[in-house]
Amino acid sequence: MHIPDGYLSPQTYVPLYGASLVFWAIALKKLKKELSAKHIPYLAMAAAFSFLIQMFNIPIPGGTTGHAVGAGIIAVLLGPWTAVIAVSVVLIIQAIVFGDGGITAIGANCFNMAVVMPFVSYWLFKVVKGNSEGGTRLYTAAFLSGWFGLSIAALITAVELGIQPLIAMSPDGRPLYAPYPLSVAVPAMALEHLLLFGAVEGIVTVLLIKYFLKHEPDLIERKSGSSEARKLH
Amino acid sequence: MTRFQKKLWIGLIIMALLSPLGILLPEKFNAGDAWGEWGTETLEKLLGYVPEGLKKLADLWKAPIPDYNLGGESSPFMAQVVSYVISGILGIAIVGVVVYVISKIVINGHGQRN
Repeated sequence: MHIPDGYLSPQTYVPLYGASLVFWAIALKKLKKELSAKHIPYLAMAAAFSFLIQMFNIPIPGGTTGHAVGAGIIAVLLGPWTAVIAVSVVLIIQAIVFGDGGITAIGANCFNMAVVMPFVSYWLFKVVKGNSEGGTRLYTAAFLSGWFGLSIAALITAVELGIQPLIAMSPDGRPLYAPYPLSVAVPAMALEHLLLFGAVEGIVTVLLIKYFLKHEPDLIERKSGSSEARKLH
Repeated sequence: MTRFQKKLWIGLIIMALLSPLGILLPEKFNAGDAWGEWGTETLEKLLGYVPEGLKKLADLWKAPIPDYNLGGESSPFMAQVVSYVISGILGIAIVGVVVYVISKIVINGHGQRN
């Protein structure tokens, strides 16, 4: 889902830089208010986790590969605004140091994986979980939050790629940037994420929620207690 | 660092050591690039041409460790596996430090609050 340089027209990547900038500014403000020193190690570990989970490329035999992002579990445990910062840092380092995702596409990639994904995951988890403190409902919520979080991010990515032929064509009628139209990009990206990569993200989210409930339940329970006041408690 | 945090870091190191699975499995199952992340050579094969605008931007940036691979595309597979682990360790060290520094700056901005 890391859009490389050249796939997006400036008409697309510039506004998406703008959108991500707005979310970064708000996220930093939120952290300033809510972050306390004892949570810094968790933030660093969240970023490290997201970096590593993205290295586990999952093959579709004879086809493409994809991977989980970890933004869902980070949003559920530490709050969506924390996830915005942690995952954005990961995506920026991936682009600059490892050439994974383009420099011009940093805004787009951060918007998709570090903004859309954590917020979708966070709200879905909250809505499905309701007041349950454990059990099937909580785990269902965790699975769905990972599954849909990643799949929706993939869908948005597909839309950004798929609109390129509409935005810019060369005089001979060839696309200037990402070549495939929406009718190809959306089904391809949506299906592979709904069927495989998103499910993996869902399972990862469930397993980690299980682990944290057992060892550090505070991280999750505080959240269900006061939805507004907490975040990085 | 609390005992729990130490355990989590150990888990992360184990993940880094296992990360080559992320290149071994695609190799084994003959799976290629992620959708929409093809290089210009692959695009040439897929489309018969490389879109003009894309070509101009594609090589904008030379990453120091492209594709988590220190030795380049033609290096032996074992070397790529080692590169991948080193990239993983390096990656978590860099993102860890960057997040730590951002957090410190943000916290100092609002006065010490434990």
